[in-house]
Amino acid sequence: MFIQAAAGISPQPSFGALLTEPAVYAGNRLNCVEPDYGQLIDPKMIRRMSRIIKMGVAAAMDCLKTSATEMPGAIITGTAYGCLADTEVFLSKMIENREELLTPTAFIQSTHNTVGAQIALLLKCHNYNNTFVHRGFSFESALLDAVTLLQEQHMSTVLAGAADELTDTSFRLLSRFGLYKKDISSSKALYDGAAKGTIAGEGAAFFLLAADPSGNDYAQFNGLYTFYKPRDVEEIKKNIQSFLSFHAIGMHDVDLVITGQNGNVHEDAVYEQLAQTIFKGKSTARFKHLCGEYPTAASFALWLAANIIKTGEIPSCTLAMSNDKRPRRILIYNHYQNTYHTLYLLSAC
Amino acid sequence: MGSPVFIAGAGVISAIGNNIAENLAALENGVAGMSEMQYLRSAHRHKLPVAEVKMSNAELAELAGMPAHITRTALLSAIAAKEALHNAAIENFDELRTGFISANTVGGMDKTENFFPGFLNDPHKGRLRNIIHHECGAVTELVADRLGIKNYISTISTACSSSANAIVFGARLIRQNMLDVVITGGTDALTRFTLNGFNTLMIVDQQHCQPFDENRRGLNLGEGAGYVVLVSEKVAGSLKNTPVCVLSGYCNANDAYHQTASSPNGTGSYLAMKGALQQSGLQSEQIDYINLHGTGTQNNDIAEGTAIKLLFEGHYPPMSSTKSFTGHTLGASGGIEAVFSTLAIRHGLIYPNLRLETPMKALPFIPETHFKKGAAIRHVLSNSFGFGGNCSSLIFSKA
Repeated sequence: MFIQAAAGISPQPSFGALLTEPAVYAGNRLNCVEPDYGQLIDPKMIRRMSRIIKMGVAAAMDCLKTSATEMPGAIITGTAYGCLADTEVFLSKMIENREELLTPTAFIQSTHNTVGAQIALLLKCHNYNNTFVHRGFSFESALLDAVTLLQEQHMSTVLAGAADELTDTSFRLLSRFGLYKKDISSSKALYDGAAKGTIAGEGAAFFLLAADPSGNDYAQFNGLYTFYKPRDVEEIKKNIQSFLSFHAIGMHDVDLVITGQNGNVHEDAVYEQLAQTIFKGKSTARFKHLCGEYPTAASFALWLAANIIKTGEIPSCTLAMSNDKRPRRILIYNHYQNTYHTLYLLSAC
Repeated sequence: MGSPVFIAGAGVISAIGNNIAENLAALENGVAGMSEMQYLRSAHRHKLPVAEVKMSNAELAELAGMPAHITRTALLSAIAAKEALHNAAIENFDELRTGFISANTVGGMDKTENFFPGFLNDPHKGRLRNIIHHECGAVTELVADRLGIKNYISTISTACSSSANAIVFGARLIRQNMLDVVITGGTDALTRFTLNGFNTLMIVDQQHCQPFDENRRGLNLGEGAGYVVLVSEKVAGSLKNTPVCVLSGYCNANDAYHQTASSPNGTGSYLAMKGALQQSGLQSEQIDYINLHGTGTQNNDIAEGTAIKLLFEGHYPPMSSTKSFTGHTLGASGGIEAVFSTLAIRHGLIYPNLRLETPMKALPFIPETHFKKGAAIRHVLSNSFGFGGNCSSLIFSKA
């Protein structure tokens, strides 16, 4: 499996900016740096789109543009929360107007499959179209659908990605659950000290996956594996090792490990234990100080990894530990709220 | 199409019954599930009939063995999934690689819409317990945890085709030898959010719906859950109750026409049915019964009917919309109708399309209006089409 293109809209302007001047945020909330959508989407359609739809569709279009793909064999989206802003609008109006005098626009766009549907509509793409909505596994489910589809059918490419938005309301509600740090001066300080909470994030990322190499790919996508509610760190280690064995490699074959620390001492404990055992001595990179925490944040990590392999450069702002080796093989290990654990393996073509 | 995927069990809860036996009895006796709203609290209570499951949350919770304060979507899901698993009677279940892939469109919205009025008045108000299971995935997880399924869980939401796509994905994971058993289908509870949403689109019938009728006025919303237990050939061979049914074909296509409306020619519907036939290796004349998407809206029925006309010209099989019994259960409909399709094969049944008075003038066929028993049903086509142009068709065949 090959990644022909990777495109992301995140709190970081671009991969190039990560190498030179990464965006640093004050406070506990990171929102996306939105591009000039007019370059990627028909302006007539932009007006009607909510922010998450614009972000998702723009990332998808950027991906197709980069790979010069007119029509993907399938469009698969992962989103944990769906189209929150439109859901809130319709829900609030319904309550305020006591179920009278409502208009359909927000309801129509609140449906979870809107991002995937709008991409299909824009491309007039009649091919396979699916949307996964399983919390911290939403993006991983979309990718597994893509991988198994490419294996089963002889379609050439699949466009797969994730989109989640952070709205004022969702930020307020998630804050009430105690998810975020109350006093953080800079996103740079996310991993300092042993404190509770993380920082909120959002983003959209899309990937054009293909069964065969194109000669101009970002990276080879060797595979992914997910596991739900592992009992302890030993079970996590076992899963990592069997994932590597499945791909006929060992930890010594991995040049860089990207891990999902989010600054919450309760959730980072696992990464600390792995750093002292199976990841010991490895080059390691972190990413959530750049994009914030959200259920589909691993899509940012995959976008980052694909770009690192393509360019051979690791943004210094991500490095926790480096041995100066040009990365040819990257392992990503992320978990969301200690419940949804994900492994990805990528290598140079 | 490679190794077959068998249907080892099924479970259903809908407005016409809390289990398979009750649903079958209602289908046979022509008893529809729509009535005046009893459980959902809405301003439209006396205006819009709905097809509710005839139990309170407390009663459902008791049947599900779960707390009554959690979302109704999960309670419905647990009841149907447990029935499916019970019917499959897989003895060495704990030793197998199992998955739960469930679809829904509303998640815990029934609770969120109770939380929101207080929250809108004061952002510090509202009980967090009511939004903790808001996400669609949370509903699946509550039930997966209840069933003790851990190897693979996922949730699909593609509007009204959600369940069909869950079944497609589950089947693929079995065919690729990633799982041995997958319980798959979907669930949705009635909410004010969806009722008002569909009502703004002016496609909700104020009377009982009349799918595929010339004078159809729209759909009735319903609720429920339906699941099938998919197993590999190897597991199927080890079961005491030999499965009588396989999933022989499936296809997901997109209409790519409009966010909520179907194209006049039913392009997406046509592609989905044609793709499923191709995959199954069957000719259209081999289909013995079509369980229509048949919502009762002007737009869906003419698009679906036109696509059927194109594909089945000369050999129209018996067909009907069981939404005339259950209402449109949205994310659950593909699961409920998959269960009805497998029961049609098992028992040789054709279900009636209720309240059909004037057949559609533009179509050269008329849906079945009588319940038929003892029919030779080998292949059933089940359609699920939704917003976002998402169209999926499944074909179930006699094993």
